Amino acid sequence: MIAIVDYKAGNLTSVKRALEFLGHQCEITDRADRIGSADRVILPGVGAAGATMENLNALGLSDVLRRDIVATGKPFLGICIGIQVTLSRSEENDATCLGIISGRVARYPRSLDGRPLKVPQIGWNRVRQARAHPLFAGVPDNTHFYFVNSYYPIPDDPSVTIGTSEYGVSFVAAIARDNVIATQFHLEKSGAAGLKLLDNFCRLNF
Amino acid sequence: MLAKRIIPCLDVRDGKVTKGIKFLDNVDVGDPVAMARYYYDEGADEIVFYDITASNERRGIMLDVVRAVAREIFIPFSVGGGLRTLEDMRAVLLAGAEKVSIDSGATRNPDLIAEGARAFGSQCVVLSMQVKKTEVRPQIPSGYEVIVDGGRTPTGRDALQWSLEGERLGAGELCINSIDRDGTKLGYDLDITRRISEAVSIPVIASGGAGEPEHLREAFTTGLADAAIVASIVHYGEHPIAALKSFLKSSGVEIRDAIAIDLGVRQ
Repeated sequence: MIAIVDYKAGNLTSVKRALEFLGHQCEITDRADRIGSADRVILPGVGAAGATMENLNALGLSDVLRRDIVATGKPFLGICIGIQVTLSRSEENDATCLGIISGRVARYPRSLDGRPLKVPQIGWNRVRQARAHPLFAGVPDNTHFYFVNSYYPIPDDPSVTIGTSEYGVSFVAAIARDNVIATQFHLEKSGAAGLKLLDNFCRLNF
Repeated sequence: MLAKRIIPCLDVRDGKVTKGIKFLDNVDVGDPVAMARYYYDEGADEIVFYDITASNERRGIMLDVVRAVAREIFIPFSVGGGLRTLEDMRAVLLAGAEKVSIDSGATRNPDLIAEGARAFGSQCVVLSMQVKKTEVRPQIPSGYEVIVDGGRTPTGRDALQWSLEGERLGAGELCINSIDRDGTKLGYDLDITRRISEAVSIPVIASGGAGEPEHLREAFTTGLADAAIVASIVHYGEHPIAALKSFLKSSGVEIRDAIAIDLGVRQ
């Protein structure tokens, strides 16, 4: 069973529907015991880093996620706001995040070469596969994925980067270290390519 | 670099698509789910449903459509038409839409934009407006006025000022539909699309008037649009989405290639 972490924000049902379409059993839950007994954990959603961390803290799930993921080696996938709170800190709301992978989250520049840069980034952007990773199995390099974000991740250790993209700046679009994987783009809204990555995650073993 | 988006628009009344797709033999042309699925497979980057159901009693039917579409379509889609309250917006988003498009509901109650952005995030809220070219006067300095009720009722709002106001209130995107060009196949109104796109720092969607592939190229280059709504240009089979995309790509416009991937699940 795959646990989709319910932190009372964002639209979590789109990830559930995508998993069901792929034939994977899943459950949206805010219960520590359900997350603890799940085979895999997904932290999806849209929203602000501050509010997400407040909700995770209030529900007692921050410690559960840190402990459960680090200690058990269970496959973990953060999507969009999920990649951002996986890192240590976010410029958005000056939030202290989960710190599962060390790094920070910065806002896109407001202008580029004297022209304003539209923020949030909304739409399809190419993801360059920085290194081979089983998450990308069966998906060509430079495939487009769907992004909605005003902030982007900057991991401290560049070797965790598995995918990059360009929007005003070159930015990290996907990271992985051992059992922890996270993407800035929405796998559940990125057509067949996104579904393929989601399916790959559901089949990964560590 | 972000790809320019091509967004087919489906008008839905009482749960049925009202026009279009006369060329498909295998698809129930009235079924919005089948048509959305068709455009999804064709490489649409997003889909818009516009609910033109006249009676409030039948609006629940649209939510059933949204739920059914959300089970099969894994690209963003938005729903517009008749959304007047936060609860209307919430119902559509919970049913599975990625975004809501608000139009006359926002001109009557601009706070709806701010309330929607606060409750669901700006990225969920598309401010859509029907604009009509008019004489420049003190109230309408841009020469484009916002019109509601299917193009019948002028609001006295200036399109450019309303765009800036919408952005300030928290809209995540603006959809600019030219009443003058709608249905003409003469091309998008590049003038107002460009002026709004230059003035705001959120994405702008061009709408109304696409009849030739060249019109999309103009919208994305001269018009500085981030996305373009297509309706009759794709509904009648003359210009499939794949053909539009290959034309745009050969013209140097950044476009998303929809790739075929075998997911090994029922299709």
